[in-house]
Amino acid sequence: MNISASQSALDFAGKGAERIAELFYWMTGGAIVIWIVVIGLAVYAVMSRRAHPVRMTHWLVIGGGAVIPTITLTALLSYGLAMLPELQEPAPKGSTTIEVAGVRWWWRVNYLDPSGGRIVTANEIYLPVDQPVEFKLTSEDVIHSFWIPSLGGKIDMVPGRTNRLKLHPTREGVFHGVCAEFCGEAHAQMRFRVVVTDQNAFDEWLETQSQASKSSSEMAEGEAMFLSRGCSACHTIRGTSADGMVGPDLTHFGSRLSIAAGVLDNTPQNLARWLVDTHGVKPGVEMPAFESLSGEEVDTLVRYLGALQ
Amino acid sequence: MKIKLWWLTFSPLCWAGHFLASYLTTAIYCAKFASPEGDALPVRIAVAVFTIVALSLITFFGVRSLRLHRRGDATLPHDDDTVDDEQRFLGFAALLLAILSGIATLYTALVFVLMETCH
Ligand code: HEC
Ligand SMILES: [Cu+2]
Repeated sequence: MNISASQSALDFAGKGAERIAELFYWMTGGAIVIWIVVIGLAVYAVMSRRAHPVRMTHWLVIGGGAVIPTITLTALLSYGLAMLPELQEPAPKGSTTIEVAGVRWWWRVNYLDPSGGRIVTANEIYLPVDQPVEFKLTSEDVIHSFWIPSLGGKIDMVPGRTNRLKLHPTREGVFHGVCAEFCGEAHAQMRFRVVVTDQNAFDEWLETQSQASKSSSEMAEGEAMFLSRGCSACHTIRGTSADGMVGPDLTHFGSRLSIAAGVLDNTPQNLARWLVDTHGVKPGVEMPAFESLSGEEVDTLVRYLGALQ
Repeated sequence: MKIKLWWLTFSPLCWAGHFLASYLTTAIYCAKFASPEGDALPVRIAVAVFTIVALSLITFFGVRSLRLHRRGDATLPHDDDTVDDEQRFLGFAALLLAILSGIATLYTALVFVLMETCH
């Protein structure tokens, strides 16, 4: 697994995460203030041998135990709530809009084309840096939750409902996304990669994604095997007759960083392992393992999938 | 007047009622009557009304509780098995709960002061 990519909300690379980190530090500060006042007075009460005037003890208890904590909490609450309107505001019209559906245990991703079409991919999201992006989030089965800790807050993906989320990346890099709502056996392996790039690289990437896969004579054997082995019942590869919808779109699978929703780095060895030991890699996964493939067949499929750039 | 144990629950119930009413009004209004970009002014006005009602009731229960607590001359810590002790204790506990409920109701209302839309 590529651990150099960030998954920390405190290592922020987006406006939402930056505010969350800020809020986290203020909350920690506020908690420390309350703790010191309350515990400090309690310790003082235990240690102190001197008798105090009754009025003063009342004020120490009420002031230290109730008034100061209430004032601190009120300040923190107001500060936190005041952040929300800006974070919750939808991205301006014309911003990149991405539909993501949670599917046990991967992510269907559609970029809305300004001309009205959809550009389909899966398990990897490219975002242009310094631009607000609007997400429309749904689920095809159970409740999932969409979270890119380094970029911003998380929000549930609820079947039958579309939730929205605005993110605004501020730094280029590769980040981890995760499912943050327990959704079954492979929940912990329901991840994705987020690549934040400059606008040019993003436009280029999206242009590539919008096209069908290029085919060449070297790929013919692999394509035929993909179709004859039944992979096409579940997977779409645009430009071929494979049009299954059960699993992730593989049209440009070769260009992805990871396999199986962020679980393995996309290398030929890992891909071969994924095809024959699918359930060893990701227990519970909804793809059958193809143990019966010969070593040569696996190689052919791996080469073919890697060539889907 | 003599109060029963139930008296303790009245202020927290006002807080709970205020919370529920605010929550339901917002959920229904924002889902059914406002656009996603929608302004939430009607909801904010409704919550202002709920808040006035809830705080008035809580103040009433709080003041009554304080009076009950002050009445009689049973001495601290009010744990004798007498009616006087019982009443003073209940009055005091209910007063504290009224203060807590009042603050909690204000916290709920604060959300609507700071949030102007349905997003
Ligand atoms: C019964 C449906 C089904 C069949 C048949 C199937 N797959 Fe899959 N495949 C899936 C599902 C579902 C996933 C998503 C698994 C996950 O990550 O949870 C998947 C994931 C994958 C991935 C990883 C995609 C990504 O973006 O991470 C590859 C590669 C893949 N399949 C290749 C194949 C090949 C090659 C075959 C044929 C030998 C095949 N699949 C047959 C359902 C299927
Ligand atoms: Cu999930």
